[in-house]
Amino acid sequence: MEVRGLERLICEHPVFAGMALEHCDLVGGCAKNVRFDKGAYLFREGEPADEFFLIRHGRVALEITAPGRGALRFSTVNAGEFVGESWLVAPYRWIFDAQALELTRALSIDARCLREKCEGDHDLGYEMMKRFMAMLVQRLQAAQLQMLDVYGNSA
Amino acid sequence: MTAARHSVLTRDGVQALLDALHRRGCRVLGPTVCDRAIVYDDIASLADLPRGWTDEQAGGRYRLLPRDDGALFGYAVGPHSWKKFLHAPAQLLWHAEHTPTGASIVPEPPAAERLAFVGVRACELHAIAIQDRVLLGGAYADPHYRARREGAFIAAVHCAEPGGTCFCASMNAGPKVAGGYDLALTEIVGAGEHRFVVDVGSEEGGAVLAELPRRAATPADLAAADAVVANAAARMGRAIPAAEEVPALLRRNLDHPRWDDVAGRCLTCGNCTMVCPTCFCTTVEDVASLDGAASEHVQRWDSCFTTDFSYLHGGSVRASPRARYRQWMTHKLSTWWEQFGTSGCVGCGRCVTWCPVGIDITEEVAAIRASDAAVRESGR
Amino acid sequence: MVPVVAQVRTRRRETRDTWTLAIDAGGLKFRPGQFNMLYAFGIGEIPVSISGDPGMPGPLIHTVRAVGDVSQAVTRLKPGDALGLRGPFGTAWPLAESRGSDIVVIAGGLGLAPLRPAIYRLIAERDRYGRIAVLYGTRSPQDILFRRELEGWRRRLDVAIEVTVDHADPNWHGHVGVVTKLIGSAAFDPDHTVAFLCGPEIMMRFTAAALEAAGVAAERIHLSLERNMKCAIGQCGHCQFGPTLLCRDGAVLSYDRVSRLLTVREL
Repeated sequence: MEVRGLERLICEHPVFAGMALEHCDLVGGCAKNVRFDKGAYLFREGEPADEFFLIRHGRVALEITAPGRGALRFSTVNAGEFVGESWLVAPYRWIFDAQALELTRALSIDARCLREKCEGDHDLGYEMMKRFMAMLVQRLQAAQLQMLDVYGNSA
Repeated sequence: MTAARHSVLTRDGVQALLDALHRRGCRVLGPTVCDRAIVYDDIASLADLPRGWTDEQAGGRYRLLPRDDGALFGYAVGPHSWKKFLHAPAQLLWHAEHTPTGASIVPEPPAAERLAFVGVRACELHAIAIQDRVLLGGAYADPHYRARREGAFIAAVHCAEPGGTCFCASMNAGPKVAGGYDLALTEIVGAGEHRFVVDVGSEEGGAVLAELPRRAATPADLAAADAVVANAAARMGRAIPAAEEVPALLRRNLDHPRWDDVAGRCLTCGNCTMVCPTCFCTTVEDVASLDGAASEHVQRWDSCFTTDFSYLHGGSVRASPRARYRQWMTHKLSTWWEQFGTSGCVGCGRCVTWCPVGIDITEEVAAIRASDAAVRESGR
Repeated sequence: MVPVVAQVRTRRRETRDTWTLAIDAGGLKFRPGQFNMLYAFGIGEIPVSISGDPGMPGPLIHTVRAVGDVSQAVTRLKPGDALGLRGPFGTAWPLAESRGSDIVVIAGGLGLAPLRPAIYRLIAERDRYGRIAVLYGTRSPQDILFRRELEGWRRRLDVAIEVTVDHADPNWHGHVGVVTKLIGSAAFDPDHTVAFLCGPEIMMRFTAAALEAAGVAAERIHLSLERNMKCAIGQCGHCQFGPTLLCRDGAVLSYDRVSRLLTVREL
C-alpha cells in the first residue's frame, strides 16, 4: 500500500527538485514503483524505449557489448539521477544495456504517457525540456572529457 | 547374381557376413564390449559382439546388464558413433616445407582403407546422411571424409531394444531404417530360435548376401520383423512432441531465462559434442619441426563448449557457459536447418546419457516451450 | 583444400600496426568483399580481406593488422618470402545489384580495407551509380588508412569523401567525432540508396541504425561481419553467427537479415 503518493515521490526526486506540484502530479500519473534485483537488466539494446527511470536507491551500469570483448561498461548512474535518454527522441529505441549493480528501487515513468501529456500541456513540456536539456548537456560535456582518454599514453 | 529382397540368416549367417566382408578387404567394425560399455571397434567373429548384453541408460547414467536370450544386438547405442571412423578425430591435411631454397605444400592423400560397419542403427544412418550434407554437400567436399564414406559398406540393424534416452521417433530418424544401407538386419530371438531377417538395400548388399547361407523369408518372418520395429517405436524413452515447431521456438527464445537455469548445471565439459553423431566441428593445428623447416597442418575434433572456440579480438564471443550451451542446443535443433537444410539431431539420446549432470535436451525444449516468448506476457 | 604456395612481391607499412602485402598467387580472380586464408609456414592460417582492385591484373593486395601469432608472422614477411594462400572465399558487396542507386560507403578503422575494392569498382564504373559518398572514421589522424588514396579520391569532383577521427591534436583540420555524425551532411536519397558498412561491430550497429533512421531500408544496408575462422569452407563450425556461416553466407550480409542477431549478447 502506497504510504506516499507517487506525485510526492516525483517532487522529492532530485531530477524534479523545485518543480510545481501540478507538474509533479502530471508526471506522477505516468509513474509506477519498480525494483530490480542485483544483476537484473532495466533494458537492453534494441528494445523499444517505452519508459525511463528515476533511481531512488541503488546503482545502475550502462553497457554496450562487443563480440570478443564482452560487455563494455561506460557509465554508472547513482540514486538521485535518471537512466534512459532514448525515450526523448525517435525512433525511441535503447542503444545500450542498463544493469542494476545492486538492489535498485526506481520510479518508472511511462514515456509515451509523458510525451502525450507534454504535447497537450506545453508548460509541462517546456519544464521537461529545460530540466532534461540541462542534465543532458552536463552528460554530453562529461562524455566528451571521458572520450579524450586523458590517462592513456600518447600515440 | 543377387539374392531375393528378403532373406533369413542364422547366427552362422552373421559370421559368414563378417567373413565375406573381410574377404573383400574391408576393415570390419562393429559393436563390442570394452571398459563396461558397448563401443565400436574392429570385429572378426561373433565372439567379439556383445552377445547377451543390454544397456540401461538415463540422464548421466549408462550400465551394461546381462540378458538371457543371447541376442547379438540387444542394446541401443553407446558413447561411440560411426563419425569416429568417417570424420577422423585427427586428420593430417597437408605437409609443408619451407627452406631458403624453396617452399612446398603437399596434401595428405585420402586413406585407401575400405570400411565396413556392422550394426548401424536407423538414427546413425540419419546422422551419417546429416554429416554427408555438411562435409560433402557444400562447394568444397572433404576428400578424406569422401574417400572413407564412398567405400563404406553398411550393414544396418533394427533396434529391438530402444534406450531410456532414445527419441529417434520424434526426430523422424527411426527406429525403422529408411535407406542408405547395403543390408539391414532385424534380429528375432526367443522361444528357442535365433534368426535375422535381412533386407537388401543395394547391389553390393545383394552380392554379399548371395555368398551367405540363407533361406527366403516367409510372410511370418516379415511380420515378426515388423513387430520388432513397431515394438521398439512404442518404447522410446523420451520424446520431443511437435519437433517441427522447435526451430522457430528456439529462434524466438534466445533470451529465455531457461538458458540461465541450464548454465547453472552445465560443466561445459563437451561430452555431448564428443558423443553426438552429427557434431562435426573441428580446429586446425600446426606442428613444426624445431628448425621450422617442416610442418604439418592437422585437423582435430573441436567443441563449441571450449572457451576459445569463438575467440575474436582478444576474447571469446561466447565467454559464458550460458552462451555456449545455447549455441550448442540452438545449432543442433534450430540453426542447422538454415545452414544445412536438415535438423542436426537424430534423437539418439547420447547427449543425455553421457552428460555428467544429466542435462536432457528434451527436457530443456519442454521447459522453454512451457513459457515461450510468444505466449509470455511482455515485461520485466 | 590445400593452399597454393604464393610469394610476397611488395610490403608496405600503413599505420603503426598495419601492413599491406602484394601477394603473387598466380592470377586468382576475386570479387570485392572476399577474403583469402593466408598461411604462415609452421604457424597457421588467418582470414585476410583482399583490399586491392579486382579489375587490376597482378598480385593480390592484402591489408593485415598484426594482433596475434599468425598475423604478426604474416606482417613480417618480406618481398620474395613464401606463404600459403587459399581462396577467395565469402560473399561480395552487391555492386551490380546497386547500379542506378546512390551509394554510401561507411568504414571504421581497418574496415576501410575490405571496402577499398568496392570503392575502386564504383569509381571505375562511375556512370552506373548515382551519388557516391565515402565516410571514414578512425581513432586519430595517425590511424588513417590509405590516406594518400583518400586524398586522391577526394580530388575527383564526383565522389564525396569525408574523414573523421575520435580525437586529434591541433595539426588536424578535419572533422572530429563519431562517423555517424557525417551521415546527416552526406548527399544521398534514402529511398534510392545502398549502403556498404565495415568496421568494429559496435560501429556497424550504430551506423546501420542511423542509416535506417535516416530512411535507408534495412535490406539495402550491407555489413561485413567477422567471427573466428578456421576452415573457410563451411565445415569447421567456428564462424557461425546464428543461422549463418560467415565464410559461406557472409562476410557481407544485409542488415535486414542480421539486425536482430546483432543485439543478442554472446550469440
